[in-house]
Amino acid sequence: MGIPFFERLKTGLWDENPGLVQLLGLCPLLAVTTTFVNGLGLGIATLTVLMASNALVSATRRWIQPQIRIPIYVLIIASLVTCIELVFKAWFPALDRSLGIFIPLIVTNCAIVARAEIFASRNPLGPSIVDGFVMGSGFALLLMVLGAFRELLGQGSLFAGLDMVLGGTALRGLVIADGGWLLAILPPGAFFSLALAIAAKNMLDRRRAKARREPVSTTELTR
Amino acid sequence: MSDVNVAKGGITLAVIAAICTALVALTFALTRDRIVANEKAWLERNLLPALSGLSFDSGITESKLTVPAPHDLPGTDDAIIYRVYAADAPVAALFVVSARDGYSGPIRLLVGIDVNGAVTGVQVLEHRETPGLGDRVEAGKSDWVRQFDGRSLINPTPDGWAIKRDGGEFDQLTGASVTPRAIVNAVRQTLLYFAANEASVFAASEPAAQTERNAE
Repeated sequence: MGIPFFERLKTGLWDENPGLVQLLGLCPLLAVTTTFVNGLGLGIATLTVLMASNALVSATRRWIQPQIRIPIYVLIIASLVTCIELVFKAWFPALDRSLGIFIPLIVTNCAIVARAEIFASRNPLGPSIVDGFVMGSGFALLLMVLGAFRELLGQGSLFAGLDMVLGGTALRGLVIADGGWLLAILPPGAFFSLALAIAAKNMLDRRRAKARREPVSTTELTR
Repeated sequence: MSDVNVAKGGITLAVIAAICTALVALTFALTRDRIVANEKAWLERNLLPALSGLSFDSGITESKLTVPAPHDLPGTDDAIIYRVYAADAPVAALFVVSARDGYSGPIRLLVGIDVNGAVTGVQVLEHRETPGLGDRVEAGKSDWVRQFDGRSLINPTPDGWAIKRDGGEFDQLTGASVTPRAIVNAVRQTLLYFAANEASVFAASEPAAQTERNAE
């Protein structure tokens, strides 16, 4: 404990963002971010699974022998993902149809097993849930940013199909242009967008580090 | 690992497996009714456009007929036929079939055909065609599928049942001809099946036979 919540949130969203910095879970990240709403849906699903799996792993950590920990993590994660899939099918059927196989594939998102191994298996329940929340939010945020970026470039729209989450009639979102640059929606567009996001983050980090170094060089303690 | 540890590990695994299974079972029980209702609603919403302009009084999904593979319809999996009636006289049959020769995996299609052998509507139910190119066969993305409405085996004549690039009468899509070609072929094959088997398509309607009265 000891670390304030906002510090932790910043770690998950920025400093150690699972997608941007640790490059975990790239398969779903690249595959579903064709629209904002897909990114939002998979982001929420991953966030929920991550929080719940961290909670369960942390709660049972006393009884888990190190030799069998991985099968147990897999068991816990697979069950949670199955539950989430059923919940999506029941309450967000359109989103479930749109995300298709990528909901069950959350099982293979190594960001989740990584947090179980690195954090939840060594920390009490509360901090583990917080960790699941901040890391999941970081992942979800990146999914949404990439989704919005690719949707805007590739289809000329933004937030189309939000009815899949909110319910109600079909929403077309903000239509800025009719059609767009197809490459952005195709798989290469996913890699380009992720590369741009990582480059932008590194650039901002470097600029900030420089700004910090110049006035008071003595405060250069972290990293 | 000593023997004691193995036993202990086994028990831990078993207990956690039991808890996880219980969790999944509970979620399943809580969501089952909603999921069934959602799937029925989704199916009816997709079937309805293929019935526009027809009057019928039977439930759309009530009279379901499964044609086990292999069959003469497009696709290698089981085909499904929903029959629609007005005062017990057949009105139309809705075929759910798969076009196998799409650009990327099977295309699940709904083809509605009325008793006179004319297409009442075509809908693409599931596909994995390229976004922005082949996916314009979706009814929500363009009017492409509407060109089948009212068509039959004599309109156009058999050699007209192809896309324009192949000398037929149906539009292709800019930048995508594989997907439209697959769908045109599948629709034509469904019409041929209907023409050859019209009697048996509607005959199996009596409660006996192979009908599943909304079993699922």
